[in-house]
Amino acid sequence: MSRIEALFARKNPVFIGFTVAGDPGIEASLGVATTMIDAGADLLEIAIPYSDPVADGPVIERAHVRALRAGTTADDVFALVRRIREHAPATPLVLFTYYNIIHRRGADRFFAEAAASGADGVLIVDLPVEESDEVAPYAARYGVDRIALIAPTTSPERQHTILSGASGFVYLISLEGVTGERDRLPPGLAGLVGAVREKTCLPLAVGFGVSRPEHVRTVVAAGANGVIVGSALVRLIEEHSNDEAGMHEALATAITALRGALVPDPEPDMLRRERVDE
Amino acid sequence: MKPGRYGIYGGQYVPETLMSALIELEETYERVREDPEFSRRLSWYLREYAGRETPLTYCGNLSRDLGCCVYLKREDLLHGGAHKLNNTLGQALMAKFMGKRRLIAETGAGQHGVATAIAGAALGLPVEVYMGEVDTRRQALNVFRMELLGARVVPVASGTRTLKDAINAAMRDWVANLRDTHYLLGSCVGPHPFPRIVRDFQSVIGEEARRQILEREGRLPDTVVACVGGGSNAIGIFYPFVNDDVALVGVEAGGEGLDSGRHGASLSAGSVGVFQGALSYLLQDGDGQALETHSVAAGLDHPSVGPEHAMLKDSGRVRYEAVTDAEALHAFRLLSRTEGIIPALESAHAVAYALRAADDLDKDDILVVNLSGRGDKDVADVANLHGGVA
Repeated sequence: MSRIEALFARKNPVFIGFTVAGDPGIEASLGVATTMIDAGADLLEIAIPYSDPVADGPVIERAHVRALRAGTTADDVFALVRRIREHAPATPLVLFTYYNIIHRRGADRFFAEAAASGADGVLIVDLPVEESDEVAPYAARYGVDRIALIAPTTSPERQHTILSGASGFVYLISLEGVTGERDRLPPGLAGLVGAVREKTCLPLAVGFGVSRPEHVRTVVAAGANGVIVGSALVRLIEEHSNDEAGMHEALATAITALRGALVPDPEPDMLRRERVDE
Repeated sequence: MKPGRYGIYGGQYVPETLMSALIELEETYERVREDPEFSRRLSWYLREYAGRETPLTYCGNLSRDLGCCVYLKREDLLHGGAHKLNNTLGQALMAKFMGKRRLIAETGAGQHGVATAIAGAALGLPVEVYMGEVDTRRQALNVFRMELLGARVVPVASGTRTLKDAINAAMRDWVANLRDTHYLLGSCVGPHPFPRIVRDFQSVIGEEARRQILEREGRLPDTVVACVGGGSNAIGIFYPFVNDDVALVGVEAGGEGLDSGRHGASLSAGSVGVFQGALSYLLQDGDGQALETHSVAAGLDHPSVGPEHAMLKDSGRVRYEAVTDAEALHAFRLLSRTEGIIPALESAHAVAYALRAADDLDKDDILVVNLSGRGDKDVADVANLHGGVA
């Protein structure tokens, strides 16, 4: 059983944190990742910084810029994943990347290195299913899950095609837009979760715009198996760029609050049972 | 060959959210290109509003000096001062047929932004133009021009704050507003079907030029030359000549020289990569990060190029050359003095190549240069570069 399968078998729903590798610096990034895991991130999405992150809003784009300015290379990202893996042997790690990083390296080498570093999955934000045969054989060869993305604009026929090649879990994009914090999530979310649920047994995680405990509750109520929080955490890194201790504290506090909202109305004994599970 | 591919190049490397819009765009395009009403209205706008056809001007003075026969395809005389309007009128009309209520565009030098603002005003569609903050300062006159035409100019402060970041910002807007907004992409770049749509709307340049030269000379030219940034004016004039025995030369921005690393010559000095939705040639580092580019011509200051050009390079059908800033500036002044035509700095790259190539041509050889835009927008910049002395 893969780490991703094991996680969703053990916990439901799960909390997924997102960070850009190398933000705010290459060494500091390891601390960010371990703090997030220690504070309760069940799965970590680690973005490889890229010069033109078109699917991302301003907060995450600035993180890409910070990481690149710090000199972060793809080699550094694999090294970082290796070190996070040492710290957290059971936590699933998913590389979040734009396709040219893979294309430039060669898909064979990229997936080999991803697997060797201890990554469990790869999510390619700008590789729609039409182009995905360029990577599918290599993901399969090295046993790395290819995390599929489904958007509110994805037609039912496309959902089928996308899901037929998916593994690990499915990333549902909550809204029409780029990543970033929003006041509220779109009303059609439960419909999207329900429609995809009918087509797959894979766990469904919802991201984009999820930034507050009430959003987490909305996502869980919509029937998702996981919530993904990115910009709200990345913003804390930016706000505390000159105060590392404050940054770790802010991240831990935020994750505790967001994670707490996974359970709609926590009963004391439920909380205790969850702690035993961990 | 997969649909939307030029050889191995092109494709649709975009976030899933955009796929529905690209599919809708492709379906609409297939429909409107067969629709006589669409063709009738576009022809009307191109003729009565934009001023087509544009002349193919025989340049007697330049021909005498160079010792060959030089014609200029005068896209500088198109309304707005550049070839860009061919595409913006076509796409804006298409947006109307799709029921979209808003246009967004990116712009580098400001020419495509101006052309989109013009098309939006003519067709009654509100326009927002994304422009790198650096470019809004370099091209302040065009910012004012766009605002005068009723468009809103949004300065983009992310990344390198130039054209590529303006495209990123426009794509982000489009992802969030797909239902009522058409992204009017200005060059033959980006995901399918944009490269094809832009090429088709720009092919009017080559169709006219081919007919005009046959009328005037009774034969096809020996060489057709055009500058290449994203490559829309070049593909527009090349495409109708692709199956003819005519040499085609694309001229890229050599900046301060290909060895300096400060240039925009993705075909001459780049490698294959995915950028802004398409597989093409790209100026990138070892990890696949887009490199910063440089050209005296803002419209050529871009790290990638349309995928059809990538195919034409590999097949050898088109030869791509690079011309430096200094050569382009020389051609800018030379054409102004000898013919009384001030070219855009972008187009001056094509003129500069003609000056270089003339040594190898006979007096009967016919050279057609696509003069893709006029240089009024560049006059202040050039004056600054030369301390106010022309």
